[in-house]
Amino acid sequence: MAGIYLHIPFCKQACNYCNFHFSTSLRLKAEMIDALGKEIALQRHYLEGQTIETIYFGGGTPSLLSATELMQLWEKLENYFPQQDLKEITLEANPDDLSPAYLRALKNTPVNRLSIGIQSFHDKDLRYMNRAHNAAEADYAVKAAQDTGLDNISIDLIYGTPTMTDKEWLENIAAAVTLQVYHISSYALTVEPRTALAHAIAKGSSREPDNSQTAAQFEQLVERLGAAGYEHYEISNFALPGKYAVHNTNYWKGRHYLGLGPSAHSFNTGSRQWNIANNTTYLKSILTEGKVPFEKEVLTPEDQFNEYLMTSLRTMWGADLDHIASVFGADARTRLLAESETFTDKGWMQIEEGKMILTTAGKLFADRIASDLFR
Amino acid sequence: MKNIRNFCIIAHIDHGKSTLADRLLEHTKTISEREMQAQVLDDMDLEREKGITIKSHAIQIDHVHKGEKYTLNLIDTPGHVDFSYEVSRALAACEGALLLVDASQGIQAQTISNLYLAIDNDLEIIPVINKIDMEGAMIPEVTDQIVDLIGCKPEDIILASGKSGIGIDDILEAIIERIPSPKGDEQAPLQALIFDSVFNSFRGIIVYYRVINGTIKKNDKVKFVHTGKEYGADEVGILKLALTPKNEVKAGDVGYIITGIKNAKEVKVGDTLTLVSNPTQEAVKGFEDVKPMVFAGIFPVNTDEFEELRDCMEKLQLNDASLTFEPETSQALGFGFRCGFLGMLHMEIIQERLEREFNQTVITTVPNVSFHAYTTREKDVRIIVNNPSEMPDPSRIDRIEEPFIRAQIITLPDYIGNIMTLCLGKRGLLINQNYLTATRVELIFEMPLAEIVFDFYDKLKSSTRGYASFDYQPLDYRESDITKMDILLNGDKVDALSALIHRSRAQDFGRKLCSKLKELLPRQQFMIAIQAALGAKIVARETISAMRKDVTAKCYGGDISRKRKLLEKQKEGKKRMRQIGNVEVPQEAFLAVLKLDD
Repeated sequence: MAGIYLHIPFCKQACNYCNFHFSTSLRLKAEMIDALGKEIALQRHYLEGQTIETIYFGGGTPSLLSATELMQLWEKLENYFPQQDLKEITLEANPDDLSPAYLRALKNTPVNRLSIGIQSFHDKDLRYMNRAHNAAEADYAVKAAQDTGLDNISIDLIYGTPTMTDKEWLENIAAAVTLQVYHISSYALTVEPRTALAHAIAKGSSREPDNSQTAAQFEQLVERLGAAGYEHYEISNFALPGKYAVHNTNYWKGRHYLGLGPSAHSFNTGSRQWNIANNTTYLKSILTEGKVPFEKEVLTPEDQFNEYLMTSLRTMWGADLDHIASVFGADARTRLLAESETFTDKGWMQIEEGKMILTTAGKLFADRIASDLFR
Repeated sequence: MKNIRNFCIIAHIDHGKSTLADRLLEHTKTISEREMQAQVLDDMDLEREKGITIKSHAIQIDHVHKGEKYTLNLIDTPGHVDFSYEVSRALAACEGALLLVDASQGIQAQTISNLYLAIDNDLEIIPVINKIDMEGAMIPEVTDQIVDLIGCKPEDIILASGKSGIGIDDILEAIIERIPSPKGDEQAPLQALIFDSVFNSFRGIIVYYRVINGTIKKNDKVKFVHTGKEYGADEVGILKLALTPKNEVKAGDVGYIITGIKNAKEVKVGDTLTLVSNPTQEAVKGFEDVKPMVFAGIFPVNTDEFEELRDCMEKLQLNDASLTFEPETSQALGFGFRCGFLGMLHMEIIQERLEREFNQTVITTVPNVSFHAYTTREKDVRIIVNNPSEMPDPSRIDRIEEPFIRAQIITLPDYIGNIMTLCLGKRGLLINQNYLTATRVELIFEMPLAEIVFDFYDKLKSSTRGYASFDYQPLDYRESDITKMDILLNGDKVDALSALIHRSRAQDFGRKLCSKLKELLPRQQFMIAIQAALGAKIVARETISAMRKDVTAKCYGGDISRKRKLLEKQKEGKKRMRQIGNVEVPQEAFLAVLKLDD
């Protein structure tokens, strides 16, 4: 089981919190599609022997691509990668791009899942985040997609925003539930370095997200979505039964993936590599030199252990002790069990049927727990 | 003897002493270019990096002048305020000194105090202005400063550049023509001044000395006058680039002796070397048993590395006799050592050597000076307090004394105000203000040494934009209102953060320390109260609110590697933390006291 990720590094405008790689100039879009097509060919062997179940168009803003441009990439993918096991083909989309016409066109592409960047159903939060859409467009986009028959929808919501009260957060959760979306990814607002948000906080024009308010809103989220029938299957991800994101689940289960486009990461257990996060350099390397510009790290058994622990503990499936014993040795399991006692005692972790699983209280400290249990 | 010249170089850090020494060695072919590592005299890595000579060395130069062969002994001197006694002994071994002044910097405090030492020892001073080919050289101004300071004629001053070799011939000529030859009696009982020693892992301790009178021969039975210990002279010789064995070293010359001594503690700089069979009646004057001035705890980061640390401290002491240590137990930090240092730089050097040469990761606690306490019951019995925990209970204390120093600061007139504010704020008393030249002012303060230990150097630097130089000598002990301040974390006393401080400064200090700790302590899942207390009285408090959430929102393909590295780093950082009650305290917190802001 493996996945392919395509990074579309363009946005109409920059959200204040975003530290992903993107450009707000669309000038190089056509060339980028050309280069992505070439990279698909260059990397055709990376996942050799793997069953490919998912393709994910992420960004940036992939909904800036026309259906025609999407099909251009699709044809390349079809040429070089087997299609028969594909289950999920996701397109990240911004609400303001999802016009009825665009949705109808998408319906004729292989895209079968939309991940819509709603973030909030309140205008003041959207303005604070410098999003390109407003609350009405958010609501409308979801309904329009559902009407078109694209009903496998995930939406993103952000909490911990200084502009948002607890009451408004509950309204946002309720709005998502009412829309009956299959999947919700909900993230705590995070101040990443070198973003407009970090700059605004540094100069005092914006407040820092409050740690305890963020924690409280996380607890509200878990509680409300649980009551509405969503499974909390990863720290920031909730799904109606069976509607887990196949693509993202791959990341947390240590499966292989190929990332295409500037800044995209690829992984095959023994190593990870990432393409250069610069559009011009990427284009030049692919188009004129025929080379993928990437850096690579070899993952030692310790790195692999640490990554397995860090990602698996985020999920409701937890870290599998038998898996750990078979891959990293019986000692690794014994040691891990001994070291995790302090967390089971605190009620942060449970061990069920050979799986170490974090409780809701433990999920609030997942980083600290993982770090303490690292080798 | 009439063809021997013993001399040293007096210079401020960075004024080019080591480079000039290199040129002298090259020019006289004492060393070939191939052997020339930049700055050969500084042979510890750390010295080369810090650009200062920590341990003094000596080297013999052969030079032919007007057809006659001369032996020039260059005795190198340590260049930092913490080592003024060692400097004085090196000077006592010489008849002359080159006074080296940077053409763009002018005279600095340290140069002046070493110059005074040299004049006290009746040394012939040869003034040299160095780096004359650098941009910003102010030859006339610096000439005036030197003339004012030592009363020489402007034409006595040699213009030089160690870097490009200008003036090297003039310097060699002046050494021979102006510095008197040593006077001494080769036939008199042996009297040699020990000015340095170094540890060699194959040969043991190598002792450097200047023979004042008499002759020392291989296989002589020798005696150190002050320690009273006797040894056999396994090897004697002179100091070329390498040790050069000789059958004897005679009055006037500089040499070394190897006796199989393994521990630097047995050799005291300033001691007199004589013969057991025919001892001198007179020790060389000026001997002092150097005492450490600053004390701090050094603890292994991992408590089980205590024995390893002891081993390393012992090895360090083999070649640094001025380092003292004894075992100490701290509730917060476990087993470690209370160490005594000559000063703050010495402390830094030891810490760095432990980390670099011995691969130890250590926690160093708040440094303090050595106080004298007297109790009401025995008013005349002095209790030496090198550690806050050794201070008797306040109810039993009759009085406390603290060490004072004489501080000498040389600066530009523009900064007099700032320096006054700084030094008076640190309980200094202005003793004298003296214009050395129109643009150079010397300020003399009497100050408590304790105030120098806390952030004085940094403050001095920032309040004068670096245009001040500082030197000090220990003065005496004076009665003082010293109190012990404790820091509590969630009610638990952190012994490693206790400090002895003057009462007038306690509240302010407590407030600053609490607020600094608030910055340095990571948030934990519960609230942390940080309190400063004098006895039972809380004088300052800060609160760190609880961390309710520690988890990354997004963890997808592009995030995993970065996140893993971040968490690995956190784990590393945590290893260096100490659990105090239920609070995790990072290493930096134990030195918070040195980094207090205003």
